[in-house]
Amino acid sequence: MKYVDEFREPEKAEALRREIEKLSHQLDKHIKIMEVCGGHTHSIFKYGIEEILPANIELIHGPGCPVCVMPKGRLDDAIAISQNPNVILATFGDTMRVPGSKTSLLQAKAQGADIRMVYSPLDSLQIAKNNPDKEVVFFALGFETTAPSTAFTILQAAAENITNFSMFCNHVLVIPALQALLDNPDLQLDGFVGPGHVSMVIGTDPYEFIAQKYYKPIVVSGFEPLDILQSIWMLLQQIVENRCEVENQYNRLVQKSGNQIALEAMNQVFVVRDTFAWRGLDEIPYSGLKIRDEYAQFDAELKFTIFNRKVADHKACQCGEILKGVLKPWQCKVFGTACTPETPIGTCMVSSEGACAAYYKYGRFSKTLQKQTAEKPKVTISS
Amino acid sequence: MCLGIPGQIVEITDINNKLAIVDVGGVKRQVNIACIVDEQHTPEACLGDWVLVHVGFAMNRINEQEAAETLKLLEEIASVMSQ
Repeated sequence: MKYVDEFREPEKAEALRREIEKLSHQLDKHIKIMEVCGGHTHSIFKYGIEEILPANIELIHGPGCPVCVMPKGRLDDAIAISQNPNVILATFGDTMRVPGSKTSLLQAKAQGADIRMVYSPLDSLQIAKNNPDKEVVFFALGFETTAPSTAFTILQAAAENITNFSMFCNHVLVIPALQALLDNPDLQLDGFVGPGHVSMVIGTDPYEFIAQKYYKPIVVSGFEPLDILQSIWMLLQQIVENRCEVENQYNRLVQKSGNQIALEAMNQVFVVRDTFAWRGLDEIPYSGLKIRDEYAQFDAELKFTIFNRKVADHKACQCGEILKGVLKPWQCKVFGTACTPETPIGTCMVSSEGACAAYYKYGRFSKTLQKQTAEKPKVTISS
Repeated sequence: MCLGIPGQIVEITDINNKLAIVDVGGVKRQVNIACIVDEQHTPEACLGDWVLVHVGFAMNRINEQEAAETLKLLEEIASVMSQ
């Protein structure tokens, strides 16, 4: 497939691996690089990138998986909306198995709620048109990559005057989350692999504070193995040369100023919330989006009773520390024993972009990981 | 969640609603092209464009020249290694 296969060639990957190795010999310390985006985490494990890096280059898996950072309370609210009579709740497939405080959306669907998986927010609008006697709610979540599509969906609903459609908006923003991470004294990082598709929308300018205020290099990266290897190579070059800059490896899709059309649609429909709760990172100021008053008729938070409860995570779950990069997934007490993709306790084990799910699916073939998990005491959680 | 797949726009199906057909590795499906259309780039001008498809939307054009330059650099690194 064009723009995919060319970026997966083994010979070029080996060349980059050797270049990375050369640079690693010029560094006399252990280097920690955080890949912010869950899509990168998935690729890193799928292609075994972590396995081929030199011993002194460590990848930390960041909080860039919107499913993983969604607090249980918001999921409970979505389930509560779906249990209203006459409601059809539409959502992306990623959210279906995320455990709420009592059930997941999938279990709520099995118990009779009309919950439908859609590929696009526009599909949920079509469901509303096809079911004029029902109230259709789209459970919107995701970073800036996904927010323009939901903004355009609301604009279309307004243009077509569709009155039985609304959105439960849970969109979050990358920059405030990065700011929160950088302000966390527990986290020692040497650089970032920046999110590719978020940057396709917001551009690379918003990352300048990372280089200028926090003196950390960042390279915005594509998702294919050669993209990620090249980005790590570019980051190491910056570290070796004592540079802190925002660089763009993914320039076939990412422009400095982003996609203005997408940003305008987002700004037209959404406004930044004063604060939003993130799983593992607590409340982060100005980190979420809500629907503007001009489009209030499409805001499910105004149409339905939303309890907005704060629900504590399972006490055995250490997703919070994993999302901050403080712990590795295999260091969690329940990883691979009580918590697996089939029976997830924490969200990082649910989404394929979650660090735990990626480690479980691909990382368990690593000899190091096998040894570390074998040494752990077996834990079971009774429901 | 932020997954995107490259595809080529092969047909403009609805100019008013900004809908097109995109070919992704031989699979064709309808996408919305609102994110890549403005006064400079009319819907008709999108025909043949390579785009990144995400949740039913063409989110951005793929810059073919930039892609070629990235590949050229990677080729150079590989050729230096093989010498």
